[in-house]
Amino acid sequence: MSTRQIRLSGAGGQGLVLAGIILAEAAMRAGYNVAVAQSYGPEARLGASRAEVIISTEKIAYPQVDKPDVLLCLSQEAFDKYLVGLGEEALVLVDSSQVLISTNHRKPKIIALPLQRAAMEQVGSKLVTNVVALGALNALAGIVSWEHLATAVAARTPSKYRDQNLKALDVGRALASGASLA
Amino acid sequence: MNNQELVQGNEACARGALYAGCRFFAGYPITPSSEIMEYLAREMPKVGGVCVQLEDEIASISAVIGASWGGVKAMTATSGPGFSLMQENIGYAAITETPCVIVDCQRWGPSTGQPTKAAQGDVMQARWGTHGDHPVIVLTASWVREVFEMTVLAFNLAEIYRVPVILLLDEVLAHLRENVTLPVAGELQVVERVEKTNGSMPSFGAGARLMVTGMAHDETGFPVQGEKAAQLLKRIVGKIEEHKERLVRYQGFYLDDADFLIVSYGITSRAVEAAVERLRAGGVPIGWLDLKILWPFPDKPIREIASHVKDILVPELNLGQLVREVERAAAGHAPVSHLGRVDGSLITPEEICRYVREKIARVCL
Amino acid sequence: MTRDYRQYLRVEKLPHVWCPGCGHGIITHAIANALAELQLDPDTIAVLGGIGCSGRASFLFQTDAMHTTHGRAVAFATGLKLARPDLHVIVVMGDGDALGIGGNHFIHACRRNIDLTAVIYNNAIYGQTGGQLAPTTPTEKRSTTSPYGNVEHPFDIARLAMAAGATYVARTTSFDFPEIVRFVKRGIAHKGFSVIEVLTQCPTYYGRLNDLRDPSQMLYELKSQTVPLDEYHQMTPEERAGKIPIGEFLCEERAEFVESYYRLCQLGRSG
Repeated sequence: MSTRQIRLSGAGGQGLVLAGIILAEAAMRAGYNVAVAQSYGPEARLGASRAEVIISTEKIAYPQVDKPDVLLCLSQEAFDKYLVGLGEEALVLVDSSQVLISTNHRKPKIIALPLQRAAMEQVGSKLVTNVVALGALNALAGIVSWEHLATAVAARTPSKYRDQNLKALDVGRALASGASLA
Repeated sequence: MNNQELVQGNEACARGALYAGCRFFAGYPITPSSEIMEYLAREMPKVGGVCVQLEDEIASISAVIGASWGGVKAMTATSGPGFSLMQENIGYAAITETPCVIVDCQRWGPSTGQPTKAAQGDVMQARWGTHGDHPVIVLTASWVREVFEMTVLAFNLAEIYRVPVILLLDEVLAHLRENVTLPVAGELQVVERVEKTNGSMPSFGAGARLMVTGMAHDETGFPVQGEKAAQLLKRIVGKIEEHKERLVRYQGFYLDDADFLIVSYGITSRAVEAAVERLRAGGVPIGWLDLKILWPFPDKPIREIASHVKDILVPELNLGQLVREVERAAAGHAPVSHLGRVDGSLITPEEICRYVREKIARVCL
Repeated sequence: MTRDYRQYLRVEKLPHVWCPGCGHGIITHAIANALAELQLDPDTIAVLGGIGCSGRASFLFQTDAMHTTHGRAVAFATGLKLARPDLHVIVVMGDGDALGIGGNHFIHACRRNIDLTAVIYNNAIYGQTGGQLAPTTPTEKRSTTSPYGNVEHPFDIARLAMAAGATYVARTTSFDFPEIVRFVKRGIAHKGFSVIEVLTQCPTYYGRLNDLRDPSQMLYELKSQTVPLDEYHQMTPEERAGKIPIGEFLCEERAEFVESYYRLCQLGRSG
């Protein structure tokens, strides 16, 4: 049996639910069972928000993540909140352009990358930070094949922004290839 | 894995409604149900149906009843606060024997509560929310595909019994996306409305010169009092009570050798499923009753199982609602305890396993 | 040639339940006359009523009829009309029904300009429940819940309907039977939300509580208080005091909701 539990956390408006949907759709296309649960506050923007993706070869009974083995943090609040309760070998990806990592955090494997800065400088829009993050996350955690992920990105983004999002995926992937531990 | 789609619970509900032949939706925005109306606002015009956002939930249920008498299958969807506003006219639908479907995506607490958090706090409201004795059927679902199936079933039962049918979902399931293969045309039974035939209803504009009223009435639709009013009430309540055995729907697991029983429904059943598998793998003689229709309530099977188990647990996302019915049905044959959670999060499989193990340790001392 | 108005009434249900001297019978009779003069097929008509004395009118029409819940008749009618655009949907409501508990539905029906004909039986009081204060009770008038006189201001239904977007608005009194017939006919023929307000007498409560017990006296009172619209426009503010303008306030064309909705469906299906 193989199950991955992925938590994508940050603030409302950062496209975390969409990122979760894209990841799940890619995994579904690869033949896995998937569940995407979302959690958000009453605010449409900037409140704490998270999407949880479970990818499994088995039937997914309980639909929420209890011990994430992959965690993405796009806001300080999310980083401070979700660093506890992780799986033993969890991988944590943090957007260093939005989160300050205090030196106390040594236990989980934390990788810090300037995701938002890369989105702005290399793709030209802050709005694709979620897809840059997906690219980086997939490069680091090896969740799905790049082919399935690119297909899902293309299927779930408006045609007008398709090329921009596909580029964002590549930028994230490249960013992670040169990544080192924080 | 052919024809797999990533579908959200609310979308499955909307698509189930279209599949069942629903061609009228009226609603008012409310978290966490709004995606149902948003989906139908896009899709209804394409099939020539009506999706309209009205001024409030009272107007929505009113319009649904009006449309149903126009001969169209009709539905509304809401959450707790809106469900409360609809209650008077749910009673009107019951006494006028108007088929209609009301979806309640339950959220936390009374009043505004926690609008983005899941709960199962409307179970009793679904049964007893409107005033006076009345018939009602309440369905629930645990999986995205099941949301689709139960929505279709809700329309079928509404047509067969001519009652308002309530589908209780919750915030997590409403927003959950899963890979599913949804039913294709012809795969599920769809009960059509046949005008002026036995078990169905005539509609406005068909020459029947109908009189529809919420007052106690006779078969001509005109007001009556006393014994005739009593007859009406007993008949409409009896429609469900007398067909209870046929209506109850549940699934039993590991019941033959179970010493301990869990009774659950809705989203909580998913944690129970995970927990039961773990407990069984650990040799715990646990059994599980997964309820699909909450009302009418399955008294008989629960009484039977209660007579040969040592303990019954009812986990719910509330402070104790359906547990009362389980306790009543168990009729003292087995003690019934409640595991409630009301912080807005789901009950986890771990919580259930821990609770059951501790309970067994105590019971077996 | 006109049809017999009795074809549109369930005459076997007469006599009606209203009090002696009540004006509701006059209005109901006038609506039946309007239907007869328009020669509408009774099977294309639906009459919906709410709760209150006026709601009982829904039991008297020899058509499809629905006696709905308090204040919600317009909302029920909205669903029915959307589902069945082929029907003439007439909504009979009281003043408390339409403007008190149902006020929100009423203004939104005006705003949408949905093709319904709303006839408001305005007797300025809650009759069925025993003479309580209505949103239309004039200032200083007594009801069982304003025993010292009403300190609130009443709604002007015609002005409210126009401000909210209704496209046919008329007001008359139960004194003028032919005018009720004329306005109801015009309202039914009009495509859009039509509001016909009929000021009427409730001798049992409004009259008794306000020293106007004799129904005929109340009818004359209604006549003397009201002024045709064109005359009203010629009057000075001083002359207008205590006078209520009656007549056809508005009849204008504006996109109708149900038609607009189905046009959208056509576009969606062809596009």
